[in-house]
Amino acid sequence: MAELAVRCAGLELRNPFLLASGIWGESGESLAGAWKAGAGGVITKSIGSLPRAGYPNPTVETYERWGLLNAMGLPNPGIDEYPREIEIARRSGATVIGSVFGGSPEEFAHLAVRMAATGVVALELNLSCPHAEGYGTEIGGTPEDVEKVVRAVTQKVALPVIAKITPNTADAAALALAAQRGGAAAVSAINTLRAIAIDVHLQRPVLAHGLGGLSGPAIKPVGLACVWQIFEKVKIPIIGVGGIASAQDALEYVMAGARALEVGTQVTFDGVAVFGRLVRELSALLDELGFARLEDAVGVAHRASSVPPG
Amino acid sequence: MRAVVPVTERVDETPSTVTLRFPYSAAADPGQFVMVWLPGDDELPVSLSYTDGPSKGVTIKAMGATSRHALSIRTGARVGIRGPYGNRFDLSPRKVLVVSGGSGAAVLAPAAERACGSGSSVTVALGATRAPELLFKERFRAMGARVEVATDDGSEGVKGFVTALAERLLASERFDVVWTCGPEVMMKKVIAAASPRSVPVFCSMERHMKCALGMCDACALGPYHVCVDGPVFPAAKLEGLSDFGAFHRDSSGRRVPL
Repeated sequence: MAELAVRCAGLELRNPFLLASGIWGESGESLAGAWKAGAGGVITKSIGSLPRAGYPNPTVETYERWGLLNAMGLPNPGIDEYPREIEIARRSGATVIGSVFGGSPEEFAHLAVRMAATGVVALELNLSCPHAEGYGTEIGGTPEDVEKVVRAVTQKVALPVIAKITPNTADAAALALAAQRGGAAAVSAINTLRAIAIDVHLQRPVLAHGLGGLSGPAIKPVGLACVWQIFEKVKIPIIGVGGIASAQDALEYVMAGARALEVGTQVTFDGVAVFGRLVRELSALLDELGFARLEDAVGVAHRASSVPPG
Repeated sequence: MRAVVPVTERVDETPSTVTLRFPYSAAADPGQFVMVWLPGDDELPVSLSYTDGPSKGVTIKAMGATSRHALSIRTGARVGIRGPYGNRFDLSPRKVLVVSGGSGAAVLAPAAERACGSGSSVTVALGATRAPELLFKERFRAMGARVEVATDDGSEGVKGFVTALAERLLASERFDVVWTCGPEVMMKKVIAAASPRSVPVFCSMERHMKCALGMCDACALGPYHVCVDGPVFPAAKLEGLSDFGAFHRDSSGRRVPL
């Protein structure tokens, strides 16, 4: 039986499948439920300084089982209320990673300190939230801003800091390099792809906010490309995320360079039972391909001859 | 994902509730809900008050800004519908007590209709604050259910809460099951009356919803999600939950008193 336990960003994970931020992450009992269902760790909802209702509905649109478009608008109970939920999750034994978002490096740093005090084992920085001064552009949209935010955080907390990279860029590797320069322990790639749906009968966008983020199987090739390019440029570990629905998808990410993985949209389609299935199937797949440990497969696709550098 | 459909009929059921009928062919069962999109406004979860046939219906009570907007919708207006979502009432019991508080009748009427249609005996304890707010009283009578009325102010039927009426009925007759929908504290009292008599209770629950797909946690209720594990919950699942009858989450996810 292949060994699925992995070491990533200083964390010992029982398996590589983390619950992605934004899924089931508002209540501690839900986080505990995902852990009990077999997730290797759980990432909280992205938490901000103040309670936020998010955008009005409609907030989601689905495309059969290949895509999900969301414009939730970062609803969250705020950092004052949320520690209660983390405590409930931690009592179940879960490995909990705290996700935070802010509009400036200072806000990120302030939230990081508060989140670190709740007992989470690591932080994930949601860099796809709007820049306070950017008129809607993502705060993690340029290498300069990524480095500033990550540095502001790593100067204040000792926990491992994971920077979540946006795919809405021409150069994901440059963003990841900036996170590494800022002291990130790891990067996760990718967040959602900027997207929109239009209702032709009503002649308006489907989602109340208009633009949203696309996730699910449709974005896997894009996520893989970002992980591929990041792996060629950075030394810190990569957590692959975007459209993982099967063990094969997971192993594609690992062979592209990921040491751990996040699963989000597939939970919407299959429930948290997806974690048990992925663990079983990945173990079987590694056995079939002759890998004794998942770690042995990290980045192997880069070694094949005559693959041009990305 | 959504169907944009015209409202084909509008019925003012009570001063605070309106039924909207629309063409929607997807199969649905009593207990299930749809997400109703009022374009330019919001999208909210509403239980189907008419589940059978190609024309479905929802009965909306004016609570917040969007549901008040719903009350002004005219026939011909277009709305977006997705679903049905959620689970259903088990319609097999032969002797049913329905305990309905206010707009809860919207959820319970289609279930009672199916039960009466298959030959089950249905007794309805129908409650409201005052007589004009009694919802679907004639509909329950027309389907062959025995209807007993309670109003808080005594303007019709017996004066008092519908839970007191339910207790009297439970004390005098043996029912196979209780189906209930209404304010959560009311449903908690119905369970307290029925459980010691070993009568199973099923409650139709509601919470804020955003995705209605089991993803976003807005409708988290203890370890459950109302959108996929409910809205119909057996008393056995609810009795142990500290949130039941006490707390829900607001649209930011903060846990606040009901």
